[in-house]
Amino acid sequence: MIVELGHFALTLAFAVALVQMVVPMIGAHRRDAGLMAIARPAALMQFVLIAMAFGALLFAYLTSDFSVKVVAENSHTTKPLIYKISGVWGNHEGSMVLWVFILSLYGALVALFGRNLPDGLRARVLAVQASIGVAFLGFILFTSNPFVRLDPAPFEGQGLNPLLQDPALAFHPPFLYAGYVGLSMAFSFAIAALIEGRVDASWARWVRPWTLGAWTALTVGIAMGSWWAYYTLGWGGFWFWDPVENASLMPWLVATALLHSAIVAEKRGALKSWTILLAIFAFSLSLVGTFLVRSGVLNSVHAFATDPSRGVVILCILVFFIGGALILYGWRAPVLKAEGLFAPLSREGALMLNNLLLAAAAAAVFIGTLYPLFLDAIGGPKITVGPPFFNMTFAPLMVPLLCLVPLGPLLKWKRSDLVAATERLMGAGVAVIVVMLIVLAVKTHGPWLAALGMGLAAWLVAGAFFELAWRLGLFSVPLAESFRRARRLPRASWGMAMAHGGLGIVVAGIVGMTAWRQELVTALKIGESAELAGYTLTLEQVGMRQGPNYEALVGVIDVKRGGRDLGLMLPEKRRFPVEKQEKTEAAIRTNGFSDLYIVIGDDNGQGAWTLRAYENSLAPWIWAGAIIMAAGGVVSLTDRRYRVGAPARARSRLAAQPAE
Amino acid sequence: MTRKQRRAGFIAVGLGILGVAVGLVLFAMRDNIVFFYSPTEVAEKGIGPGTRFRLGGLVEKGSVEHTGPATIKFVVTDLRKQVTVSYTGLVPDLFREGQGVVAEGAMSPDGVFTADSVLAKHDEKYMPPEVAAALKKSGRWEEGQTKSDAGKPVAQ
Repeated sequence: MIVELGHFALTLAFAVALVQMVVPMIGAHRRDAGLMAIARPAALMQFVLIAMAFGALLFAYLTSDFSVKVVAENSHTTKPLIYKISGVWGNHEGSMVLWVFILSLYGALVALFGRNLPDGLRARVLAVQASIGVAFLGFILFTSNPFVRLDPAPFEGQGLNPLLQDPALAFHPPFLYAGYVGLSMAFSFAIAALIEGRVDASWARWVRPWTLGAWTALTVGIAMGSWWAYYTLGWGGFWFWDPVENASLMPWLVATALLHSAIVAEKRGALKSWTILLAIFAFSLSLVGTFLVRSGVLNSVHAFATDPSRGVVILCILVFFIGGALILYGWRAPVLKAEGLFAPLSREGALMLNNLLLAAAAAAVFIGTLYPLFLDAIGGPKITVGPPFFNMTFAPLMVPLLCLVPLGPLLKWKRSDLVAATERLMGAGVAVIVVMLIVLAVKTHGPWLAALGMGLAAWLVAGAFFELAWRLGLFSVPLAESFRRARRLPRASWGMAMAHGGLGIVVAGIVGMTAWRQELVTALKIGESAELAGYTLTLEQVGMRQGPNYEALVGVIDVKRGGRDLGLMLPEKRRFPVEKQEKTEAAIRTNGFSDLYIVIGDDNGQGAWTLRAYENSLAPWIWAGAIIMAAGGVVSLTDRRYRVGAPARARSRLAAQPAE
Repeated sequence: MTRKQRRAGFIAVGLGILGVAVGLVLFAMRDNIVFFYSPTEVAEKGIGPGTRFRLGGLVEKGSVEHTGPATIKFVVTDLRKQVTVSYTGLVPDLFREGQGVVAEGAMSPDGVFTADSVLAKHDEKYMPPEVAAALKKSGRWEEGQTKSDAGKPVAQ
């Protein structure tokens, strides 16, 4: 009964979305306040209805109602509660419901908090949002209905892919979708602005927090996915340039560019049509990402849908939104007049360079990801574009960008001189040299390029620090004055420093992991030992352990370093009898600077067990840095200037703090 | 600088970065593309030692043997031709005799394919799409033997 109610609610939501798509748009065109006013209650209603549908699906999973097809195919009574919940979006149908649920949540937020938006803009934004909702709800209802019943109902479910039964992966999709869908807000604002033919500072100020929120969620989602890949796939790598990963990286790169160009659009009125274009691309890549992963074009654990008829619908949705938006852009963008002139050497110039490099990097990833699919589609040979391609294209574009990161915030708007900015970065330069010398002295193995990489990381972290120090007048004014300035410094400045510094920590982690990781592949009999990077690993015992819905082969490994006993590490190989699959669970021991990573394999037939162990230098920094970046996004979001209803105060603050 | 010159300058920088990106992509494409071959194609094309490629097929039943402490040897077949593969390291969780596998590496002079990575990224329901396509091409494999053929086989 509840399941049928959910289905009914979803159908109603489709109808409401249709109304919300058409009526406010006509209202905005005719300047009819009554018609425009429909947008807000419709957006709220749509949210409530989709929440009911989502709730019904959740209920079916929690009660293990196997008469529902998706539940029977993806759940099992013995599955722990958390995976019953995450099972809702662990398949194609459910993940689409989660997608529209988040979409309607964003729409409801605009309806609730968008009071100070101009009526016409709000009506158009909500109408564009609703059109996305219509496409996705239609897609769900007509091709991927999660509420289909089975008759007769099976006695037991088929279980969830064990690779997905993992805490990090359970919450990876909601974050990723919050990011993807958050970019739909920037898209809706961009389309609404194109229809109105007007982009002003308040428009850009409205787009920024949504983009920032989406970017933050996307950062967390990508970090979670990478962390999961690190400890479950058993290879100890953090990024594989797998198409599925690239699908989330591309919108992130473009969202990062959008975040920066929107600043220029808001503060200086320049780069307007470019900002609009980026907003369109960011969401287009989110759509491509969603469908690339979910449609079964890619062969991986993410590809749940194997129904080719869906592919056609997906293609239609992509063509309509991306093509339609670009046509509208080509038609209307010339109307947008750029205002602020600026010299090449200025804050605007630096942000533009940032945008160009990020866009080029996103394009390189795009080509590498989709070229094999394209070649196959036209009947060409089957090829793989692997990590070497991406390392050779992505890294050379990223390195100059990273070098420029600390410089940008120190340049003035309009026209700046390099000397003043570089003087403020003297401290950071010293930090770079010190770090490089330390690395060269301490790390005797590994490539010399690693010292440069660590120098770059230090440049980012120290650059962020000295930028803040300059704003606060540390080292030049009394401490009390600095403290006073710190309290008045906008949160966005703190957020930016955190994001840029966090990026430096990520770079350090990546460099450490790439340059200095040590690997050991061996086979040990019980009682035998092996050495890795100063650690002595002794296989004490191999036993079995019973988990809630699996049984695990556990290796008991004693770890010693320099005679000191560091305790036991317990890598597992789990067997899930319901799903008939195995899953590696690496044992990871971290000290904050490096991870010791052990995976146990099979009995090699000669009474020994294969073991793979790594010492991953600086590995934890990759995710720590990503979390700091995301935290910077959150801090920035709390800036009053973004807060609705405080425009007057924001203006006075802007006057007091011209250099953000 | 006039407005026009300035704009021309920006466009030049933009085109410059675009050019560098295109150059990088083309250069990387030339050397870093890995082709996928089935055992039959390996025999037909006469691929010599040193060329990196991906080899896909089924792990022949009863062919897996441990030749070193952490080294295994197995035979990959498309039910028509066979290639012997040697691999040092841990095989993935889903590696099993009689199931699909994709190995990346190069042929050794002795005719053994030396793999540096072995992928078995499918679950019980799927077969790697490349492998499914290769097996269909070899004509010794019936559709519907696994549930994989619903999706269009593509290189990943």
